[in-house]
Amino acid sequence: MLPGAHNLPPLPDQSVADPSAFDGIVIQGVSKAFGPKKVLDGTDLLIPKGETLVIIGRSGEGKSVLLKHIVRLLEPDQGRIWCEGTEIHELEQRELMELRKRFGFLFQGAALFDSMTVCKNVGLMLEEHTDLKPHEIRARACECLAMVGLQNAEEKLPSELSGGMKKRAGLARAIVMKPQYILYDEPTTGLDPITSDAINDLIIKLQSELGVTSIVVTHDMPSAFKIADRMAMLSKGKIVFTGTVDEVRNTDHPMVRQFIEGSSQGPLGAF
Amino acid sequence: MTHLIAGIGNSVIRALTSAGRGTELLRAILMQLPGSWRRRDEIFEQMHIVSVGSLPLVMVTSVFVGAVTAVQAVYQMQAYVPMKFLGVVISKSVFIELGPVLIALVVGSRLCANYAAELGTMKVTEQLDAMNIMAIDPVAYLALPRFLAGVLMFPLITIFADTVAIVGGYLVSVATLDVTSSTFIEGLRMFYKSSDLIGGLIKSLIFGGIISLSGIYFGFNTQGGAEGVGRATMTAVVASCLSVLVGDYLLAIILFQIIFNK
Repeated sequence: MLPGAHNLPPLPDQSVADPSAFDGIVIQGVSKAFGPKKVLDGTDLLIPKGETLVIIGRSGEGKSVLLKHIVRLLEPDQGRIWCEGTEIHELEQRELMELRKRFGFLFQGAALFDSMTVCKNVGLMLEEHTDLKPHEIRARACECLAMVGLQNAEEKLPSELSGGMKKRAGLARAIVMKPQYILYDEPTTGLDPITSDAINDLIIKLQSELGVTSIVVTHDMPSAFKIADRMAMLSKGKIVFTGTVDEVRNTDHPMVRQFIEGSSQGPLGAF
Repeated sequence: MTHLIAGIGNSVIRALTSAGRGTELLRAILMQLPGSWRRRDEIFEQMHIVSVGSLPLVMVTSVFVGAVTAVQAVYQMQAYVPMKFLGVVISKSVFIELGPVLIALVVGSRLCANYAAELGTMKVTEQLDAMNIMAIDPVAYLALPRFLAGVLMFPLITIFADTVAIVGGYLVSVATLDVTSSTFIEGLRMFYKSSDLIGGLIKSLIFGGIISLSGIYFGFNTQGGAEGVGRATMTAVVASCLSVLVGDYLLAIILFQIIFNK
């Protein structure tokens, strides 16, 4: 039982009988500790293909750590993760690289390569994994940059961009290979409201037009309510609630209520 | 006392662990060699950084190495050894030891710090994670070009350094030490053995590999923020210098007591 979790509504079922037959991503019993600090503690989550799942939770609760497990940047201490029936942590290096080509990842700090121009950053995956000619790579990179409103920043270095522009360039890089899955780590944090809304629209467009499966980690509740098909709340290393946007808005789950109302009073505590 | 022994034990374990993981990294880099032509742009870029970027430092270091060797040699030889042996002393010292080792320590520290700081910063700003997620192997994209640039360019830098050092020694000898030009050149030719030069170049090739690997390894394993990058850079330079000195001793035995002594 979690501290302060007395009398909470039951957790919706987040398990499937046969994870290898599930069309999407299955996270089953994943635990991860860094030294003495246990960040994930038996986390279970299902993400059906084509869905936009928003993971909410307080800072330091392990949301980014969970995202990194999905693309095997981190190895779990316990638990397993499947992507379309393939157990990710069983893959050989070559198979893992092939799987990763189907993923896009937007980092919290964008993680642009600071020695390369924005255009080179965006086109690098095409350069490495396709037979496209340089002018075709440039055209596709420019197309992606235009989608995020950076049509005049192709030749700039990341150090010449503002925080919001870096994030948008990171998003352009994440979508350049037309991935089936995109993982967003705080996509709107640090952006002005208008740019945030444009990013939200882009996430929705990618999902509706390309059928991209999106997993979004965010604290930005207006953004979360706008883009989510379903939301999950992570607290103390476990998923404590999942539901649709309406279910989240109307729930009386005390942790979720405290979080979406931004109150310092409640089971989550203040600090 | 117990703490002291435990501390020494921990340091030894850490050093052995690093050596083991460094060897794993070397193996991973060597496995990428067949695809190195695909990385030619990055390799040439790194070769340029290693060579052209180091030239001013190499020139200054080498001129003074040659000059100091000449002054010290004349001081020790006067009244005991004919000056025609001055060229021999300078050329053998430079080819066998001073050229490869001093260049490895001076230029190598610069290169090692560059690699460790650059890759360490990429690690702590998640750029290496980004590369992994983009299905681009950082060993192939970042480590291989840097390693090859170090291995290929260090012998060339050493040839350049040897030449400049001998010219430096010659100029100082002729201009200030009352040694004639013909005496110096006669000495250079007198006991010249190509194995001296080849041995020195083999050393510099291996030192280039050790230095590059050290910078890459500690860069890839950086943890923490700016402080972590600083720590990784310092550790990389210290580890590479110590490895060069120990390696120099082992290579001296292998090359000049076993292989070239037959």
